[in-house]
Amino acid sequence: MSGKITLIIDGQEIEAEIGQTILDAADAAGVYIPRLCAMKGLSPHGSCRVCTVHVNGRPQAACTQPVAPGMSIENETPELKAHRVSVIDMLFVEGNHYCMFCEKSGNCELQAVAYRLGILAPQHDYMFPCRGVDASHPEVFIDGNRCILCGRCVRASQELDNKNVFQFVGRGIHKRLTFNAPNNLSQTDLAGIDKAVDSCPVGAILRKGTAFSVPIGQRLYDNEPIGSEIESGRRTNDRQV
Amino acid sequence: MTEKQAEQIRKICQDYGGDKHRMMDIVREVHAQFGCVSRPAMGWIAEATSTHRVEVESVVSFYAFFSEKPQGRNVIRLCNDVIDRMFGADRVAQAFEEAFGIRVGETTPDGLVTLQYTPCIGMCDQPPAAIINDQIVTWLSTDAARHIAEVIKSGKKVFEAWQSVGDGNNAHPLVHAMVHNNIRKRGPVIFDAFTSGAALSKAVAVSPVEIIKVIKASRLRGRGGAGFPTGMKWEFTRGAPGAQKYIICNADEGEPGTFKDRAILTEMPDLLFEGMTVGGYAIGAKEGILYLRGEYTYLLNYLEDVLAKRRQANLLGQGILGVPNFDFDIRIQMGAGAYICGEETALISSCEGTRGDPKNRPPFPAQQGYLGFPTAVNNVETLCAAARIVDKGSTWFAAQGSAGSSGAKLLSISGDCKAPGIYELPFGISVNEMLAMVGGEDAAAVLVGGPSGQIISRAEFQRTICYDDLGTGGAVMVFGAHRDILAIAAEFMAFFEEESCGYCTTCRVGNTILKNRLQRIIDGKGQMGDLAYLEHTAHTIKALSRCGLGQTSPNPILSTLKNFRDEYEKRITAKDDGMQPAFDIAQALSKTEEIVGRKSTHRQA
Ligand SMILES: Cc1cc2nc3c(=O)[nH]c(=O)nc-3n(C[C@H](O)[C@H](O)[C@H](O)COP(=O)(O)O)c2cc1C
Ligand code: SF4
Ligand code: SF4
Ligand code: FES
Ligand code: FES
Repeated sequence: MSGKITLIIDGQEIEAEIGQTILDAADAAGVYIPRLCAMKGLSPHGSCRVCTVHVNGRPQAACTQPVAPGMSIENETPELKAHRVSVIDMLFVEGNHYCMFCEKSGNCELQAVAYRLGILAPQHDYMFPCRGVDASHPEVFIDGNRCILCGRCVRASQELDNKNVFQFVGRGIHKRLTFNAPNNLSQTDLAGIDKAVDSCPVGAILRKGTAFSVPIGQRLYDNEPIGSEIESGRRTNDRQV
Repeated sequence: MTEKQAEQIRKICQDYGGDKHRMMDIVREVHAQFGCVSRPAMGWIAEATSTHRVEVESVVSFYAFFSEKPQGRNVIRLCNDVIDRMFGADRVAQAFEEAFGIRVGETTPDGLVTLQYTPCIGMCDQPPAAIINDQIVTWLSTDAARHIAEVIKSGKKVFEAWQSVGDGNNAHPLVHAMVHNNIRKRGPVIFDAFTSGAALSKAVAVSPVEIIKVIKASRLRGRGGAGFPTGMKWEFTRGAPGAQKYIICNADEGEPGTFKDRAILTEMPDLLFEGMTVGGYAIGAKEGILYLRGEYTYLLNYLEDVLAKRRQANLLGQGILGVPNFDFDIRIQMGAGAYICGEETALISSCEGTRGDPKNRPPFPAQQGYLGFPTAVNNVETLCAAARIVDKGSTWFAAQGSAGSSGAKLLSISGDCKAPGIYELPFGISVNEMLAMVGGEDAAAVLVGGPSGQIISRAEFQRTICYDDLGTGGAVMVFGAHRDILAIAAEFMAFFEEESCGYCTTCRVGNTILKNRLQRIIDGKGQMGDLAYLEHTAHTIKALSRCGLGQTSPNPILSTLKNFRDEYEKRITAKDDGMQPAFDIAQALSKTEEIVGRKSTHRQA
């Protein structure tokens, strides 16, 4: 099925195409809906829940919900903002995020969304989990402390690299990312040039030797908030892939 | 691990055609044979099923009954859910710990026994209960625990040493369980005599579309909790494009406090399988799957036997009842200890051999379910009711119950009442009437619908059980005035924390946050602001989570905040020194004191 329909986001009428998700339609119309687990070029995941909007009053994840005629969508409301702030806070306290000495600072989508939402300090108690770092691979290192379990690397490896390097194990609060190897990352077939390496929104997967090649102050979100590119219609967040 | 073991594992995989979609069965068998699924074993399974080892690891790590580390030759899983703890599970656990010299969660050094806790095993009407090597032991005491320990140490099989068996088919040689049915009230829909083939012969006399019409006319709604109209679900599944269709019976029965499907599976399996077959006929399926929770493994051989007899009687298999092209058969898929697998899309994931993660909707199972084919998932009780409707007519069925809720409902009632057990009652009965029936008039609180439902107080006991008021999949827990309602709510939060699949941020992280904050209040370190914090965090979790688990998991907190607010306020005492009671400086400094080897100055003062 294909065809154009119109929907309403925050009172503004936008055009959408049958088959699109709400997130895609909003992007195309220059409306930014915050997101973390969604990434251009990857199948939608619907796990971070940051992109939740109200569709005719009901909460739905914009990244997985297909558009339909007659949809009236709320994106920027105080209620949704409060929900999103709470979820972002959850992601911060669930891991160990020391932005001030993280190599990703300024390029990190979690940090950038937090700034955009005006978060100064998380409202939830820190959990300080004990998570590991894997530096065994010659070109890539993984810091589990910063992983937000968005599954972008899992999907990028499968869908773009035609591999299966990453997967989740465990459930609930014990869920964590692991690799397709008996012991460590160096035993996988991950290559430094893999798209999976670039897919991580935070500083959990980093290419070695590139940490500060772009100085702090000149990074993606140092000068304008995340989402500006969508709102100005310049480009979408496909920067890395 | 040796080449011989690798060979055994390859053989198991071959028995399932090397099909990675049968991963649950493969992992289960490997686990049964080796007492664990080790890392080398994961590699061999992956090779033999042409998948990646990390996919096998993901499955093994997801289900509570699978372990990567070697387990003891005997595994004791003691229910430590709310009801069992009310009736002495902690003392029983202690008796086991002392008898084996290990703590819960550990394995004896000689590999004889592993001792574990497990949430509700569906025996809440005979607590405390445990699963020992797939067999059920109920009404445990400290004496019983010591006796069991001796039997195990003497090298005997626990069950051979056990004399008593329960009533009805629990005494059947293929079941041989000490479980009691506790069916306290039989009604006309489920627990009435049924002749195999009665419904099916009427079904095949009319067209599948006609059957769907009958079910729609009966206004039957799902008994698993969500209450979706069954006729409509079958119609969608029948109408959806797909080369094959599937009907799946949800016998995961994981909601704490629910045990009615257990009694159906024990006493009315023919009615259930007939309902599945009628459903298969109606939607055009050739295959049905019964997803049976791992806790009910003790019923597996018996149910397989019932299926075999139905095949012999031409009620399953090719050309059922002589109708050409009506081919339908049922396989049993065992679960392995995961509440979330009762959620229908997680159940499908599990049947497909992966972690029990729910799926994104759309597509709905009726459009794209098991292996991508249109699938109807129905509760055990729903399918039984459907068979009965086809046998006795929609008018007969719709005449029972209340306006919006036709028919009868099975309730599993446990806790502080004189006659815990299973009751088949017409919809529309009030909580007061129900309590009078079970001898629970003194109740101070009643949980309707399990932890994901509502905890109500006496002020609301005139409310009725039906889809329009207090909806329930069947769980009712009765709590006397001497019970600590906040401690109960905290245990339910711990349950959800354990059972979340971990996919959504809100459910994965949020339930832990709620549990911790509630515990802080229980520990006397709460502040008034905590109540508003609990409330708004709970609302975020409900609104943003993807599936029914996260959408209802904050209910123990929200319903007690609403109905038992004084219990919270009572524990939050204002301090006159203006200090935050939530912060304990002594605790915060204790680790540092240990490291530097001297007391902090604040203590010396
Ligand atoms: C966390 C969770 C657990 C569930 N557990 C069960 C269960 O054990 N048995 C069941 O029949 N339905 C369960 N459900 C409901 C199913 O998703 C589904 O609605 C039901 O099986 C449909 O059958 P019905 O329409 O016949 O009720 C559960 C739902 C959730 C969200
Ligand atoms: S490593 Fe990065 S991309 Fe992968 S799940 Fe974690 S946060 Fe997401
Ligand atoms: S709500 Fe909870 S159980 Fe359901 S998909 Fe999300 S994390 Fe998993
Ligand atoms: S971006 Fe939609 S749920 Fe993560
Ligand atoms: S069997 Fe323990 S609570 Fe149900």
